[in-house]
Amino acid sequence: MRKVAVIGVGCTPFGEKWETSFRNLFVDAGARALEDAGISGEQIDELFVGNMSAGRFVEQEHIGALIADYAGLATTHIPSTRVEAACASGGLAFRQAVTAVASGNADIVVAAGVEKMTDVGTGVTVDTLAGAADREWEGFAGATFPGLYAMIARDYMHRFGLTREQLAMVAVKNHKNGAKNPIAQFQKEISLETVLTSSLVADPLRLFDCSPITDGAAAVIVAPLERAREFTDTPIAVLASAQASDTIALHDRRDISTLDATVAAAARAFSIAGLDRRDIDMVEVHDCFTIAEICAIEDLGFCKKGEAGRLTEEGYTAIDGTLPVNPSGGLKACGHPVGATGVKQVYEIVTQLRGEAKGRQVDGEIGMTHNVGGTGATVVCNILGVV
Amino acid sequence: MSVARFWRKQPQRYNLTGTCCETCGAVFFPPRSFCPECRRDGRIVDHDFAGTGTVVTFTVIRTASEAFEHLTPYVLAIVELDEGPRLTSQIVCSPDEAYIGMPVKKVFRKLGSDGEAGPLYYGTKFVPAR
Ligand SMILES: [Zn+2]
Repeated sequence: MRKVAVIGVGCTPFGEKWETSFRNLFVDAGARALEDAGISGEQIDELFVGNMSAGRFVEQEHIGALIADYAGLATTHIPSTRVEAACASGGLAFRQAVTAVASGNADIVVAAGVEKMTDVGTGVTVDTLAGAADREWEGFAGATFPGLYAMIARDYMHRFGLTREQLAMVAVKNHKNGAKNPIAQFQKEISLETVLTSSLVADPLRLFDCSPITDGAAAVIVAPLERAREFTDTPIAVLASAQASDTIALHDRRDISTLDATVAAAARAFSIAGLDRRDIDMVEVHDCFTIAEICAIEDLGFCKKGEAGRLTEEGYTAIDGTLPVNPSGGLKACGHPVGATGVKQVYEIVTQLRGEAKGRQVDGEIGMTHNVGGTGATVVCNILGVV
Repeated sequence: MSVARFWRKQPQRYNLTGTCCETCGAVFFPPRSFCPECRRDGRIVDHDFAGTGTVVTFTVIRTASEAFEHLTPYVLAIVELDEGPRLTSQIVCSPDEAYIGMPVKKVFRKLGSDGEAGPLYYGTKFVPAR
């Protein structure tokens, strides 16, 4: 297998983009990535796009061809493929692109993610996102996506003594980071009080424990590491890209509060990269809910089960802490256009490793991303490093 | 929800009928037609569950999808059946009443509907067992 590097990244501002269409979101992100890599569209060999549910959000399927077309690539007839794993769709697109280059099948490959969520009402959005879980045996019983994570939070708090305040501190920290991120949906710090007094969505989770509904797109371009310097002075090596699956329904998991797919994907990623937890300088984790960040820190192996709440409280995961978690503001503050999130995480780590993150810059040479589909039925972990 | 899709699973939803692998004795709810342990050697038959169990974890849903909006706030839980399998179900009790470890038993209730005039869906919920 060939070594792979990221040679260009692009991301749209995240938020409620009433004025922008699904296809224009993607074109915007793609154009930024091409410009960043200094290449033109004709040089692209293949395209993978992560998208969860354009069928329900904008009543559009066949996203692969649509996106290649509106990126101006119809006449090049490149293969363009949509991949889907709910909120991990973007992570999958990145891993597919890396695999395509590593295998020697293609040289210049775009991994993109896009989601346009605000064209439908909240009821439809809630129902669509519930499709990330088991429709027959969770959704039909009345489970919502926040409800499932709320059941993880209840189980976790009961067993490990995590406090409501510690949970809220995850949101406060991520909003603090998001305030310094020009693409973030919420560029505003919040207080502990704001989280603790926001309305209950699914007990014990409140509105400010939940990531928002977001429009956005991100794109990254990968190439063989040996060719990377043709395009950029700051290539970022893909040290590992690993994926794992687990039961679709939360109730079938070995342990309600452990995402075994995270444990498996992380173990594979560290093994492929030949690295240890201590080698990671920063990590973007999938904080679709505050409890998800707590579980992620532990399940990725950065601490023992039950410790992440205390570490958050002590500032261990703050931007100036020992292990900065979600310097972008995470899904919580940066926003969560579901199919785009996994690619945006790579965008953030690449930006950080190049030293271009300005007000939220973290020192370091190795970063990690963690992207979750559903309540943990799919997980993608990537490790990226300065060359 | 599509009507055909819901009716297909009616015996399971109405009576808590799951499956059992005769080869290894494992019981499944929600029903599985393939034993993850025995794989191709598994022999799957229907299996009725007693309908008693314990709350493993729960939440109170306050924002729901359209089909369940009229029920909010409602208690949603993961219930561990006495036979071992776990499932997700509503608990018919007040939000303050639910707790981890609460013994529950099955009841037959309306689950949801497709709008005001749409078809009604029935199935299993749970109530506190004492
Ligand atoms: Zn068996």
